[in-house]
Formats: sequence, structure tokens, C-alpha cells
Amino acid sequence: MERIVVSDVRKTFQLKPGQYVTEEGRETSELTVLNGVDLNIRKGEFITLVGPSGSGKSVLLDIIGGLTQASGGVVHLDGEKISKPDPNTSYVFQQYALFPWRSALSNVEYGLEVRGVPKRERTERARRFLSLFGLRDFEDRFPGQLSGGMQQRVAIARALASNPEVLLMDEPFAALDAQTREILQSELLKIWAEIDTTVIFVTHSIDEAIYLADRVVVMTARPGTVKEIIDIDLPRPRDGDIRSSIEFNAHRQRVWEALRDEVNKAQKDWALSPAFNS
Amino acid sequence: MAYLTDKLGHITGFNTLFTSANPSNHSSHIPGSVVRKKPRADLSSLYLGLPLIAAFLVLWEIAPRLGWLNAIFFPPFSEVLVALRDLAVAGTLGTHILASLQRAAAGFALAVVVAIPLGFLMGRYSRFEKCADLLVQTLRNTSQFALLPVFILLLGIGEASKIAITFYASVFFLLINTITGVKAVDPLLVKAARSMGTSDLDMFRKVILPASIPSIVAGARLGVKSSVVAVIGAEMLAAKSGLGYLIQNSQLMMQTADMYAGILTLTLMGLAINYLLVWFEKRATSWKSQSNTGF
Repeated sequence: MERIVVSDVRKTFQLKPGQYVTEEGRETSELTVLNGVDLNIRKGEFITLVGPSGSGKSVLLDIIGGLTQASGGVVHLDGEKISKPDPNTSYVFQQYALFPWRSALSNVEYGLEVRGVPKRERTERARRFLSLFGLRDFEDRFPGQLSGGMQQRVAIARALASNPEVLLMDEPFAALDAQTREILQSELLKIWAEIDTTVIFVTHSIDEAIYLADRVVVMTARPGTVKEIIDIDLPRPRDGDIRSSIEFNAHRQRVWEALRDEVNKAQKDWALSPAFNS
Repeated sequence: MAYLTDKLGHITGFNTLFTSANPSNHSSHIPGSVVRKKPRADLSSLYLGLPLIAAFLVLWEIAPRLGWLNAIFFPPFSEVLVALRDLAVAGTLGTHILASLQRAAAGFALAVVVAIPLGFLMGRYSRFEKCADLLVQTLRNTSQFALLPVFILLLGIGEASKIAITFYASVFFLLINTITGVKAVDPLLVKAARSMGTSDLDMFRKVILPASIPSIVAGARLGVKSSVVAVIGAEMLAAKSGLGYLIQNSQLMMQTADMYAGILTLTLMGLAINYLLVWFEKRATSWKSQSNTGF
């Protein structure tokens, strides 16, 4: 069953006055970031998005999350057109985005609070999700008193506390050190196995993409489209050792093959368009 | 924010040292055994500073007695203390303090009510800010004392004109800092809140307001001080009560001991108010100062 259907999604950004980029040999003040993305995502599936910088992965996530309007095309969630943030969709950001003036517990409660869930019930649910990540004893701490890994656990607990059907994750582990990242990857898989949530996960790491995903979606360099979708048929539950298996290595090769040309293209693109950097 | 730190903050040892865990030893935390040390006030700058204060007071005491200064214009410190005691016992001092504080508080409260909503609008909607900014900047750079005659003409010599001047003295500190605070809200937090379905009203109440509280409170501190300064000035120029009136009137009557008693009261009141404000600021922004990680 298809949960999310992305059809011919385009996104262009208007550059600041006086800034131009060269596109197909002509100068334009509009930057095309996504150029006709088609993608079908099944219920309960774990999708990872990889692609070079500027390929519009995060923008695509924002469009699916209803935070940005597409310039063309449409995204359907369970048959409904997405035009604003959907209560059944949760978002996890690279920089945690926790409210620094709220305790860990109160941060997890936030999403329930703005939805009008009664105090007692939301505290109970928030505690349950903090416990899931082993943070029960840290519920009174402010984000500034927690390590990066703990902050991201709180942020994921916050995203899951509202029982989302879709979880959007924008490079959630990119700011963490390698060990913490691997621990969080397996914690995420463990929890995902118990809930029925569809996950779309943006990453730069090929290993992370393969380890987590049912399917890896490889995006092209800007303007981004789907270049290739690679099925990851590794058995679940997966443990860390799977990374050194022959099958894993074969997937690694395949994703890298698909990605290599795009990364090269993207690097040239970035060198040529200083406008995009500013 | 440079104005967050304050001279008094250092002298009085309000700079607390948090000795709780730093991020590098998070891993050594045993869940449930988190030790949180109480903030400890650093008092060394207080007792190191006391000798100089004592020397100043001794000089004040002996200079008029030895004839270095004219005792009529500059009575010894002990006489000032006696005058202070007499004023306090008679109840006049309390009445004057209350009069000044009431005026300052009324003007400041009015400024809060006006500046915070206005600051929200100006910080959030750039079009509105562009419309209002020039007028705000113009008014801000007009001295409140220059406007006292205007207030007196419009509002009379009574309480209203004093409240108006204290309002004027504090409103711009609050307004500018509210705008700054609202503009500095991390857009990622707004995005996160939006993704969780936060309504416009909740966005103000639960995200923008708490995020800008540190800046607003810093503005409030400056505003309160400015209100007190303004009310004293206004009372010196046109009033029948208040500390400013007491000081000015004692000088006219050549009751110089009373005059210095008034000045001393003002100094002590300023110190007390600043203590309170620093304490309040610490409380209101406790989540900031308790931070272990660097951000």
C-alpha cells in the first residue's frame, strides 16, 4: 500500500536581486533545486535519501512535511494532497531543534501540548518515550545540560511521542561522533521495528543509508531528480556486524557507483555558482 | 549582549560559578546519581572592595571636622546618618521613598504593557517595523527631561506627568530589546514548532516569547534603572513629594544633612533594585546559565 506518492515535484528558488546562475547556458535569477521528482513510498517502509550537496534532499523532505510549497507537482499522503504540516508527520532535524528553556520532559511533551492532550496523559506518554531511549533519569535536565547524542534522543522521542505515521529525519546523526551515531542508528532500528511508522531519512553517509534502509533513493546533482532506487534486501533485525558482510559491501559498491558521477557534477556546480553559497 | 554584565554584578559577587559536570565527563554519569551543586557566590570582590569604601567614609567623616571642607555644605558622615535616622523615625523618608517608587513602578508597568506587544509586532513583521522604525528612533533620541515641560502642560503638575516621564524613560529600552530578542529567535525552532502543528498564537506564547525572554529581561533592567533616574529628576524639577523633592528641597532650605541623607537613600535604593533585577534575570534565564555545553 502506498503511503506517500511524490509526483513530478519541482522546486525553484528566487535568488536575491543581482544574483544570477548559469543554467543550460543562459543566465537566470531562478535556481532550480528539484526538477521532477517521482517517488512512491510504502506504508511502514524505511527510506533513505542520499545525494550530493545541493541535490535538494532537505527541500524534498520539507515539501513532504508540508513546511515548503512545491513550485510544481504534488505530494499525496494517504491520498490527501499535502499543503501544510500534517499532524501525522513528525520531523527530526540535524541540529536537534530542542527548546532550550524547556526540560527534556517538557520538550517531549511539546507536540502533545499544542494538540491539546491533557497534562497528565502527555506527561505519561513523554515519560514512556524518554524511557525508551534510556533518558528517564534526565527528564528534568535542560537541553544545554545534555550531550549531543542525548539531545538527539530527546528530539526523536519528541517526534515519536505524537505517534506519527510518517517520520522525516534530516541528517539527524550528522552532528554526532561516529560511535554515538552507530549506537543511535541501532536504537532507531530497534524502536522502528516495534512501531508502524514510515521513515524518510536524509543522509550523506552511504553506510548509514544502507544499514537503515529498505530502499536507498539516490538523487542526482542539482537540479535534483531520482537517479536510482536500490533495494536493500539485508535481513532484519540488523546488527552492526552486518556492515562487514559481503552483501553489505556489494550494496556499498552499487550506491557509490550511482552516486559518484553526481558528486563530481555537484562539485563543479558549486564551484561555478557562488550565488548559491551566499 | 554587553549590557547583561553590570558593574554591580561583579562587585556583589553575583557572578556565580557553576561547578557541575562539563560535557566531557557525561559518560561517567551514573543515571540517577546526578549531582547538582548549588550556585556558589564569589564573595572575594566584596570583601576586597570593602576597605576602600571604609576609607571613603572615614575621609567623609574627618574632612569636614578638620576643616578641609565646609561642614555647612558637607556635614560629616555621622551627622548624615543621624539625619537619616531622624527622617526614617519621623516617617517622612518612607513617604518619599514610596512616592518615588510608585511613580517609577507605574510608568515602568505601562511601558511593559506597550513595549512588549509592539516589540513582538516590529520584530516579527518587517514591513511593520519599517513603517514604525523611523518614528521610534526619533522619539527615542528625544530626552525625557526635555519633554517634562510638555508632559506638565498636557497632564498637569500631578502624578500623571511623572508617570509619563518614567514611562518614556523605560519604554524604548524594553521595545528595542524585545525587537532584538524576537528577531534573534532561532528560525530552526520556529520550523520545528511549525512542523508540530503550532498555531500562530502558540508560536508567540510558547516559542517566540520564551526565546526572547533573556533579551527582554535585560531591557527591563535598563528600563527600571532609567525609570528611577527619570522620576528623581522629575521630582527635583516639579513635585511636592518623593526622594528627588527631598534632596532638592533640603538643599534650598540649607538642611544639608537631610540632603545627603536623601542622596544616600537613593544610592542604597539603587543598589537594592539592581540586586533584585540581577536576581530576577538569573531566575528568568536559569536554563541559559545552567548550560554545560558551550552553546
